[in-house]
Amino acid sequence: MERYVCQVCGYIYDPAQGDPDNGIAAGTPFAKLPDSWECPVCGASKADFTKEA
Amino acid sequence: MNPIEIAPGVYDVGVTDWNIRDFHGYSTDLGTTYNAFLVVDEKIALIDSVKKEFADALIDNISRIVDPRKIDVVISNHTELDHSGSLARIMHRIGEDKPLYCSKMGAKNLVRHFPQKWNYQAVGSGDELKLGRRTLAFLETRMIHWPDSMFSYLKEDGILFSSDGFGQHYAGPERFDDEIGDRIMVHAKKYFANILLLYATHIEKLIRQVAEMKLNLRMICPDHGVIWRSDPGKIVKAYLNWCRQEPEKKAVVIYDTMWHSTEKMAEAINAGIMAEGVPSKPMHLRAWHRSEVMTEVFDAKAVVVGSPTLNNNLFPTVADFLCYMKGLKPKNKIGAAFGSYGWSGEAVKLIENELTGVKIELAQAGLKVQFVPERPNLDACHEFGRKIGRAVSGP
Repeated sequence: MERYVCQVCGYIYDPAQGDPDNGIAAGTPFAKLPDSWECPVCGASKADFTKEA
Repeated sequence: MNPIEIAPGVYDVGVTDWNIRDFHGYSTDLGTTYNAFLVVDEKIALIDSVKKEFADALIDNISRIVDPRKIDVVISNHTELDHSGSLARIMHRIGEDKPLYCSKMGAKNLVRHFPQKWNYQAVGSGDELKLGRRTLAFLETRMIHWPDSMFSYLKEDGILFSSDGFGQHYAGPERFDDEIGDRIMVHAKKYFANILLLYATHIEKLIRQVAEMKLNLRMICPDHGVIWRSDPGKIVKAYLNWCRQEPEKKAVVIYDTMWHSTEKMAEAINAGIMAEGVPSKPMHLRAWHRSEVMTEVFDAKAVVVGSPTLNNNLFPTVADFLCYMKGLKPKNKIGAAFGSYGWSGEAVKLIENELTGVKIELAQAGLKVQFVPERPNLDACHEFGRKIGRAVSGP
């Protein structure tokens, strides 16, 4: 599954890991993250992420 | 420095670091200050601390106002060690169980700096702390310039404690913007260009959010440099302007040289740019510190970079600068590369790769000269400069 990079702080969302601290189970693809999900490091919105090159 | 009362019951208890000249790779030719603030109300709050080696001076400053043990709460707006380094001493002195307010990310980050089990109180935007007559309101400001960064706002007094935001690395006799006047703006700009530029888009959004809150902003107290009290709106407006990164019609020619060949090219190119009426400055990377060069790059339209080829590669100082600039991601610029070489000449192509990698649009193909430039080569450099000048001054 594709990883996405936060354009604000550089955090990488890795679907294999998910974001368990914020209730996102491992295996959740980026597209399936709720719109209210925010970068766990800097609080940027989903729109601030781009697919990892 | 001695503590000063910046508003009734509110003191700057910070310290001056007169002698620092290299602040984690940023040149601080005049030194800097680590500001910390004491609010004396029914509860006594210390906002931020200072670098570890200045802990004694901080405690001494606090002691001139109150017995440090009477501090009830500590607020850490930012985890970086120039503002948290004295926390261990402070917490030990005032009581390890006293509440330590910080952002959620602050709590996460502080435990990675200090092993003590402190009484962390994680707060976010909208949370408030009643000190008595006064109230501190917190505002998360992630990535200005660390994930843990936050502002604290003393509502009744209209004082914003803005951590590194609106700061300047400046040490001098002045403590307030009105005492130094516009001379402070170059230091504020250098700070923005070297510390905050990468987050410019994010900062612009945040400033707009804060503007919508319609705070009665009477004073902005950053953790470095002078306090903005005469016209706090001025630095906020300057930030909004800098966040947009609309370059000025000027150029900068950045280079290093081994046997003066690339230097001759640099000066001819610079003269060519200026012949088109565009201000431009040649900056030798062993004469100018990378943070000074970055400040020039920040508001320049054209970034022209030159390097001799050394061992089939870039000259190391040029690689250093390109790496530094890449991290800060300046926007809306054009560029070009040049350099002398002996036999292989890889440097120009390598510079071009770095420039395009950071989305600096190449104004023209790079210019190489073998060994020592002669008159026709220097004429070509001059013309190369003129073309850049026209690209800068053009529509």
